[in-house]
Amino acid sequence: MAGMETLHYAFDGGRALPPFAPALVGVVASGNLEVLVESSPGTGCRIDVDTSARGFGPIWEAVLRDFHARHGLGGLVVSIHDMGATPAVVSLRLDQAISAIGGVTP
Amino acid sequence: MNASFAELAARERLAAVVDAGSFHEWLPPSERVMSPHLAQLGVPAAFDDGVAIGRARLAGQAIFVAAQEGEFMGGGVGEVHGAKLVGLLRRALRDRPAAVVLLAESGGVRLHEANAGLIAVSEVMRALLDVRAAGIPTLILIGGANGCFGGMGIVARCADTVVMSDIARHAMSGPEVIESAHGAGEFDSRDRALVWRTTGGKHRWLTGDCDALVEDDPHAFRAAAIAALAVHRPMTLADLQQESALLQGRADVDGDNADAVELWSRLGVADAHGVPDLDADEVRVRRPAAMALLANGAA
Repeated sequence: MAGMETLHYAFDGGRALPPFAPALVGVVASGNLEVLVESSPGTGCRIDVDTSARGFGPIWEAVLRDFHARHGLGGLVVSIHDMGATPAVVSLRLDQAISAIGGVTP
Repeated sequence: MNASFAELAARERLAAVVDAGSFHEWLPPSERVMSPHLAQLGVPAAFDDGVAIGRARLAGQAIFVAAQEGEFMGGGVGEVHGAKLVGLLRRALRDRPAAVVLLAESGGVRLHEANAGLIAVSEVMRALLDVRAAGIPTLILIGGANGCFGGMGIVARCADTVVMSDIARHAMSGPEVIESAHGAGEFDSRDRALVWRTTGGKHRWLTGDCDALVEDDPHAFRAAAIAALAVHRPMTLADLQQESALLQGRADVDGDNADAVELWSRLGVADAHGVPDLDADEVRVRRPAAMALLANGAA
C-alpha cells in the first residue's frame, strides 16, 4: 500500500439515524474524493479514509471532528476515497452526502 | 437547456437520460466490487471501479444501461470495470432488454492494469457484438469531456447507433498519443481547434461515423436515445462489404490525409470553413448524402 494512507476515526453520542439506503457522492479524481454513507446500528459514527496524500492525519481529524460536531449524527459509517482534496472540499462532500441520505445540512 | 451533459458526473447523466427514478443498479458502490490492482500500486480505488451498470426504463421500455465516469482514471477500463460491462452485456443476451445503452467516457484501457485491462476491453467488444448479433439494439452515447478513445473508441463503433454532441470526441489514439509517437508537426495536441475538427462530433457526423449529432444537453441525448431504441443494423457479410466499400470511397476522397475542413469540402459540405462555428442543428443538415449511407440515419 505504498503511497496510500489509511485512517480510521470513530465518534460517539450522535443522534441515531433511522436505517437508510447507502448513498455515494463525489468522484475519485485529482483534488476530489468520493464519500459512501451507509447505515449502521447504534449511535456511533465511524469514518474510514483511504487517501493518496500521506501525512495529513491531524487535518483529517480536525475536518471530521468538525463534521461530527456540525451534524451530530450517529448510526452511520462513512467511507472515503480521497485524491488530495482540500479540507473545504472534504467538508462540502460530507455535507452533500448527508443531504443525499435525506438528512439536513446545517 | 442550461444543463451540460459533459459537465455532469456519470451517475447524474444516467439519471437524466433514463426515465426518472427507473435506474436499478447492479453491483452498487456499497458492494465494494473494486479494482484489486490499484491498491497494490498505492492508488485509491473507486467503490464502483468507475462504472455504474443496471437496468432502467427508457420511454417506458426496459433497457440495460451503463455509464462510465471519465473523472476517475480518465474512464480507463480496468479488470473489474470491464467485467461489469461484460456481465451486463451477457445478461442482456439472457434477458433480452429492448436495448443496451452505454454512456461512454473513456481514454481506453486503464494502463495501471496493463494486460488485465487490455483483455477486459477485448471482452467488452466481443460481448457487445454478441448482443448486436442477437438483434438487441446497442446504443453508445458520447458526450463527456474526456471523449471516447482507445479500446472504447473501437467498442463504440461496434454498436448499432452512436450518438455524439458537438463537443464530444471520438477516435482511436488520443491527441497526446499521436503527438508523442509522430511529433507536433504531425498532430499538435495543444491546438484545440485542430483536435476538435479532427475528432469532434461534427466531424464524426459529417463523415458518417456517428448516427446522431446533438447539442451538449442531457434532454437532447435522451431524445436521441429514444429515437434509436428500435434501430438494429444487421451484420451480414453483404452489409459489411457495403460498409467497407463506402469507407474505401471516403479514404479515396481523403487521399493525401487532408485537414478535416478540406475533407468536408471535398465531400461536398457547403461552407466547410464555417462548420466549426455552427450549432449542431446547422451542421446536422449539411451531411453529404454519401456519408449518410455510412451511418444509420437514426437522426
